[in-house]
Amino acid sequence: MKTDLDIVSPPIPEEILQRVEAKGINRRDFIKFCTATTAALALPVSFIPTVAQAVEDKRPPVIWVEYQSCSGDSEAFLRANQPTAGEIILDLLSIEYAEVLMAAAGHQAEEAKHQAMEKYKGQYILIVEGSIPTGAGGGYCTIGGHSAVDDCKKLVQNAAATICVGSCSSFGGIPAAAPNPTSAVSVSSLVPGAAIVNLPGCPVNADNLTATIVHFLTFGKLPAVDRLGRPKFAYGKRIHDNCERRGHFDAGQYAEAFGDVAHRQGHCLYKLGCKGPETFHNCPTIRYNEGTSWPVMAGHGCIGCAEPGFWDTMSPFYRRLPKVPGFGIEDTADKIGIGLAAATAVAFGIHGVASCFRKGGSMEEDKTGKEAN
Amino acid sequence: MAKRIVVDPITRIEGHLRIEAVIDGGKIVDAWSSSTAFRGIEKILKGRDPRDAHHFTQRFCGVCTTVHSMASIRAVEDALNIQIPDNARLIRNLIMGIQNVQDHVIHFYHLHALDWVDLVSALSADPVATAKFAQSISNWPKSSATYFKGIQDKLAAFAGTGRLGPFQNAYWGHSAYKLPPEANLMAVAHYLEALEWQKDIIKIHAILGSKNPHPQTFLVGGMSIPVDPDSQSAINADKIAHIRKLLRKARAFVEQVYIPDLLAVAPAYLDWASIGGGVGNYLSYGDFPMDNSPGTGSLFFPRGVIMGKDLANVMEMDEKKITEYVTHSWYDYSGGNDKGLHPYDGETNDNYTGPKPPYEFLDTDGKYSWVKSPRYMDQPMEVGPLARILVAYASGVKEVVDTVNFVLKTLGAPATALFSTLGRTAARGVDALLLAQKNELWLDQLADNMGRGIYETFNKEKWDPATWPKEAQGFGYHEAPRGALGHFIRIENQKIANFQAVVPSTWNAGPRDPAGQLGPYESALIGTPIADPEKPLEILRTIHSFDPCLACAVHVMDGKGTEIVKVRVL
Repeated sequence: MKTDLDIVSPPIPEEILQRVEAKGINRRDFIKFCTATTAALALPVSFIPTVAQAVEDKRPPVIWVEYQSCSGDSEAFLRANQPTAGEIILDLLSIEYAEVLMAAAGHQAEEAKHQAMEKYKGQYILIVEGSIPTGAGGGYCTIGGHSAVDDCKKLVQNAAATICVGSCSSFGGIPAAAPNPTSAVSVSSLVPGAAIVNLPGCPVNADNLTATIVHFLTFGKLPAVDRLGRPKFAYGKRIHDNCERRGHFDAGQYAEAFGDVAHRQGHCLYKLGCKGPETFHNCPTIRYNEGTSWPVMAGHGCIGCAEPGFWDTMSPFYRRLPKVPGFGIEDTADKIGIGLAAATAVAFGIHGVASCFRKGGSMEEDKTGKEAN
Repeated sequence: MAKRIVVDPITRIEGHLRIEAVIDGGKIVDAWSSSTAFRGIEKILKGRDPRDAHHFTQRFCGVCTTVHSMASIRAVEDALNIQIPDNARLIRNLIMGIQNVQDHVIHFYHLHALDWVDLVSALSADPVATAKFAQSISNWPKSSATYFKGIQDKLAAFAGTGRLGPFQNAYWGHSAYKLPPEANLMAVAHYLEALEWQKDIIKIHAILGSKNPHPQTFLVGGMSIPVDPDSQSAINADKIAHIRKLLRKARAFVEQVYIPDLLAVAPAYLDWASIGGGVGNYLSYGDFPMDNSPGTGSLFFPRGVIMGKDLANVMEMDEKKITEYVTHSWYDYSGGNDKGLHPYDGETNDNYTGPKPPYEFLDTDGKYSWVKSPRYMDQPMEVGPLARILVAYASGVKEVVDTVNFVLKTLGAPATALFSTLGRTAARGVDALLLAQKNELWLDQLADNMGRGIYETFNKEKWDPATWPKEAQGFGYHEAPRGALGHFIRIENQKIANFQAVVPSTWNAGPRDPAGQLGPYESALIGTPIADPEKPLEILRTIHSFDPCLACAVHVMDGKGTEIVKVRVL
């Protein structure tokens, strides 16, 4: 009888590796990438060859647009390691439009975008960075003389799938913080019902972006998401659940002030305002910059940047979460997390986002529905 | 016949920038710079905890990440008169220093290079000749013919797919490209190497500040990253060693790749040493305190102002002489739109009066940008690495004088060549080189402090808002990669009453003022030759030489008289 051990890491077919090598990609790097991505997607190792085949030769067309953004997510993408930005640009994706990187400018750039949209209608992956301002008749953000509102709607409606990178395109982010001077909205508010996956975080974690793209290539649909449209593989657990300082929390060992002995020794940052108990994100496990660090590891509490409305709901950032810690503190933290998630889910339900995800993988159906509208 | 052209979007920058220009007789005779996006973060800041401001302002920009954190932290510290520990000064210098180095290299290779380097021409290079050329300018080890052949094959395979991705539809083959194929191939190789390098060396930000972009480690009063050689959760000997390794890697690339490339490419484009000069006034706030004394006396890059290209006369900078105009910006001032206001007294009531999108041209006689027009003594000022280096050079800072003279001598150019598009690009290289060399000193000093048992990184004396005066105001300065950055904060009753940022790209990208004086971008474009109005590559060269950062540049100022926003808290 076969056990799990027998199917540990089946080999990637030799012909795939040879084709990859012929394109100038190091075979070892490619295997490492496929393995890491399979793990990031929380798939069993038996999926490694499937992942390898999916990413090998597709170079799916990608349009990356920015609206009310700071380009922090574009920069995060440039820090990607598995694969690197260079490999993604040359080998993995066909990036038809990306303002930060592309050589063309002006009408030649816009032409490239429109051509890609027409040529790959219903096939391209759209990546959106930044919120979309609906105020001032579209005058708060224009590209090539066109409003962000019109540009975004058109691109989303013709995409196979849309990935929102960062908290601004996912939830409105900082431009939508009170008093939301420009009436900024998220992509899913602007185009309700579209096939959208949200990768919030400020900025997005590049590894989660890569994993989402690979998931789409491998299975032809977006990954399973929570009620806020966030992939479960990356946002399924609270930071608090996986925090490396959780042991100190459970033991009641807290840093009382920045720079005190407990702070220097890595004790729990709860009393310094850490929002880990309220925040669903995989920062503690995958970290940033090739796994180098993440906020708690650098002695600063989580500010909850993957949660909707965090600029308003999580601030002041240095005020600790309500209720006095001590025995029973864990209960408090757990309740807060659940309560907040429920509240935000209700808010998003209004925009019809949740209903979209109940349709599961039926991307085609979604699109047909949209076009009929 | 005069022809009006539009370049929108200007790509390979941060943010949304649009240039309109009139071309006559093969040259630009008039130009307008417009930012076409607005978020209003200063409005959002009102009423919040001043200790939180840096989290918000950091999101002005994810490319020059950290710089707005730095400026707003300093503004609050200035307002509350907080002295930071020496370790915090050193960690900040390291974070700022590596940010400048990394940002400049990304700018040179990934944002600016394709204005000078013809990617397609690299396909016809001879790898053996490329290796010979590369070895003649540097001892960088990756320079064999096999290596360049490999890069060329990869490029050819990529081009062979017929899907050029981000490199499609560009100006390849344009007559303004002057480099031989071999130099182009070498540049393509270094484009890819720099892409790898930048993500490695910026791990210094992750070690000292959790992540990049948007590190989370700054605090009013110091830094949250602890220092303790006896802890695995703090900067210890192991982390010092890791940072040192990365700093050396950063320096090696700047010394052996960036600077040699800059000096090798420049001779083909020496005509650009007399194009793109612009306003000729330069402002630097100065930065990188060399000791922990209060004031600005110990700054490595000194503070100062140069007017009318007069290097013999560096004037003292006085922030009271800064005003901002909105005559041509989509804002209204209550006292009239032609009056300038100091940032502390500034107002911003955004009022979009531009054409309804979609539109073809802006009404450039009226308001035409989301950027305001800052002026110093009512004069437009250029800020950036060139201003920073010129002020230091003219002030006689030895390391700067030596490095600038070395570059000028190598290129056989006079100091006046610095007032140009090429000068701007060269000054950025000088800036990166000086900081790449300086960074390790700060790391040594940090290690030395640790060795002497000095672990303090945070001064908690005024952390509790109850210790603050009822009212306070402060100015936070920083020499960001793109130049002089100033944040102005007014605190009332422990809350932000007013927050303003006058940032590098506001200075440089701003529109005309009521006197009709052009902003630095606009002014620098006048006289630029344009070979083909359909492919205005030359506009990109001059605009990119400033390294635009538009998300930074556009922000709402205080909105004096506006109700203070009530922020919902838990």
